[in-house]
Amino acid sequence: MRSTSVFARRKSSTVALYVAAGLAALIWLIPFMGVFMASIRPLSEISRGWWKFEQFNPTLRNYAGAWNHPAAPLGKGMLNSLRVAVPATVLPLAIASIAAYGFARFRFRLRDLLFMTVVALMTLPQQMIAVPIYRIMRGLGAVDSYTGLVLVHAAWGLPWIMYFMRNYFTTVPIEVEEAAKVDGASDLRVFLQIVMPMSLPAVASAAVLQFMWVWSDFFLALILLYSPDKLLATQRVPLLRGVYHVDWGVLSAGSIIVMAVPIMVFALMQRYYIRGMVGWTSK
Amino acid sequence: MHTLRGRALFFVPALALLAVFVVYPVVNTVWLSFFTSEGKFALLGNYAEVLSQPEMFDSRGFARGFPYGALVHNVMWIVIHLPLTAGLGLALAVILREIRGGAIVKSIIFLGMVTPMVVGGVILRFLFDGNVGILPSLLSLVGLPRRTLTAYPDTALFSLIIGSLWLWTPFSMILYSAGLETIPDYVYEAAVIDGASAIRAFFAITVPMLRPVTGVVITMTFLWVLKIFDIVYVATMGGPGGASNVLALQMYMYAFREFNANSAAVVATLLMLVALAVSIPTFRSVRGEQQ
Repeated sequence: MRSTSVFARRKSSTVALYVAAGLAALIWLIPFMGVFMASIRPLSEISRGWWKFEQFNPTLRNYAGAWNHPAAPLGKGMLNSLRVAVPATVLPLAIASIAAYGFARFRFRLRDLLFMTVVALMTLPQQMIAVPIYRIMRGLGAVDSYTGLVLVHAAWGLPWIMYFMRNYFTTVPIEVEEAAKVDGASDLRVFLQIVMPMSLPAVASAAVLQFMWVWSDFFLALILLYSPDKLLATQRVPLLRGVYHVDWGVLSAGSIIVMAVPIMVFALMQRYYIRGMVGWTSK
Repeated sequence: MHTLRGRALFFVPALALLAVFVVYPVVNTVWLSFFTSEGKFALLGNYAEVLSQPEMFDSRGFARGFPYGALVHNVMWIVIHLPLTAGLGLALAVILREIRGGAIVKSIIFLGMVTPMVVGGVILRFLFDGNVGILPSLLSLVGLPRRTLTAYPDTALFSLIIGSLWLWTPFSMILYSAGLETIPDYVYEAAVIDGASAIRAFFAITVPMLRPVTGVVITMTFLWVLKIFDIVYVATMGGPGGASNVLALQMYMYAFREFNANSAAVVATLLMLVALAVSIPTFRSVRGEQQ
C-alpha cells in the first residue's frame, strides 16, 4: 500500500488532509478561473470582480478580438511561434543526440572534462549571451529573422538535451550494439538503426520539454525579433493590454490562446513530460 | 584512423554551435564587463561603478522603503522563495499522495508549471488588480484598502514573489512526489513496529531520505529566481519607480533600452557567477555518478 498509510490514522487527521488538498486545489484553480472568466465575458460584467454573476452573458468576442487584434494579431503570432518552435525542437534534438551517444559510448582523452564543461553551460543565464548574440546576428544579417532565433534556441538547448540523452544512452544495454559491430556495422549505423529506435521514449521526453520551452520563451525573442509582423505569440501578449485602460477581456483571451498549446502538449504527452522533468534534474 | 575521424564527426555539429552561440558570447560578455561605458579598460572598476548605481543598490531604501535596488530585491526574492517552495512542495507531495483524488489535484496544480511565464505575468497582474482581481477584494474583507497591489511600491515586489511561488511550487511538488516513490514501504512498516507516529516518521525517515531531492529543488529554484524576468516585465516592468526591479530586467534595460553593453555585461556576469556557485554541489554529484 501507499507508504504512510501503514500508520493508523484518526478520522480528524484524514479530514484535515482533505481540507488541505481542497484548499490547494482552490488556490491553484482560482487565478486561472479568473482569467478564464474575464476571457468569456464582456468587460462591463467583470469590472467589479469576475466572481459576481448578476449578469452572465458568455461570449467569444474577446477571443476573436485577440486573434485579429489590430495592433498585434495573435493568430499570426501563433503561426510565427510554430515556425520557430518546430525547427528549434528538431534541430537541437538531432545534433545533441548524436553527440550524446558519442559521450556515452566512445572512450577518449578529456571526454569527461569536455562533458562536464557542457553540463556547466546548463546553468548559464540567458542574459550572459544576450548582447554578443545580438551583435553576431547583426553581423550575419540575421537579426529579426527566424533562422537566427532558431539557431540560438538550438544552441541553448544542446547542453541539457546532451546531458539528458547521454544519461539515457548509458542505460541502454550495450550487447546488441557490440553484436552489430562484430557484423561490421559502422558507428553511425549502429546509432541510427539500433540505438535511436530504442531511445524513442527519451527523445519524446526531450522533444516535449524543448518544444514547451521554446514556445514559452520571451527573452530571446524580445532581443532578436522586432518587426511587428514577425513577433511571436508570447511577444504579442503584452501588446494586447490596450492603450488607455487595460482591456482585460482581450488580454485574458490572448493569454489563454497562448497557454492552450503547452497545456495540450502536456495533456497528450504527460508521461513523457514528467519523466523528462524528473529524469533530467534528479537522475 | 578512419573510424576515429568518423567518431569525431559525432561531436562536430554540437560543439560548433555551442562554440559560436554560447561559449564565445559568454567570453565576450565577461570581456565587455571589464570596460567602462566610455570604452576604458577598468577591470573591476566597472563593477564598482555599476554596483553603486541606485538601480542596483539603493541604501536610501533602508530609511525610506522600496526601492532598494535590483540586487537587494533579488536577495529578498530568494530568501522568501526558497524555504517556502521546498516546504510547500514537500507538504503538497505528501498530502496528495495520501488522499483519494490526489492525482487530479496534482494536475490542477501542475497547470502553473506548463504556463508560459508571460501568461503567468498576466494572470498575476489580474489576480492582484484592484478592480477585477480577487486578492485585493479578499483583503478588503479584513479591512485593508482594496487597491492594485502591483502598483504600490510597498506591495509590488511581495506580490510578485507570492506570484512566483504560485507558479513554481508545482515543480518542487513533482520532484518530491517522484522522490517519495523511491522510499520503500518496509522502512515505514519497520517504524510502525517500533511504535513511531506518522509525524515522527515524516521527520525521521521522509525528510532525511529526500535530502538529495531537496538539494535539487533548492538549486533549481535558486537558478529560476535568479533569472526571473518574464513575469516582472509583464506584470510591473520593474515598477512602480523601480520598486520591483530585478537583476535580469535591469540587465535588459541597460543593454536594450540604454544601449550600455558594458553595464549590462557586469550584471550578466554577476548573475552567471552566482549561478555557477550555486550549481557546484550538483556538478559534484554528476561527476560522482560518472566514476
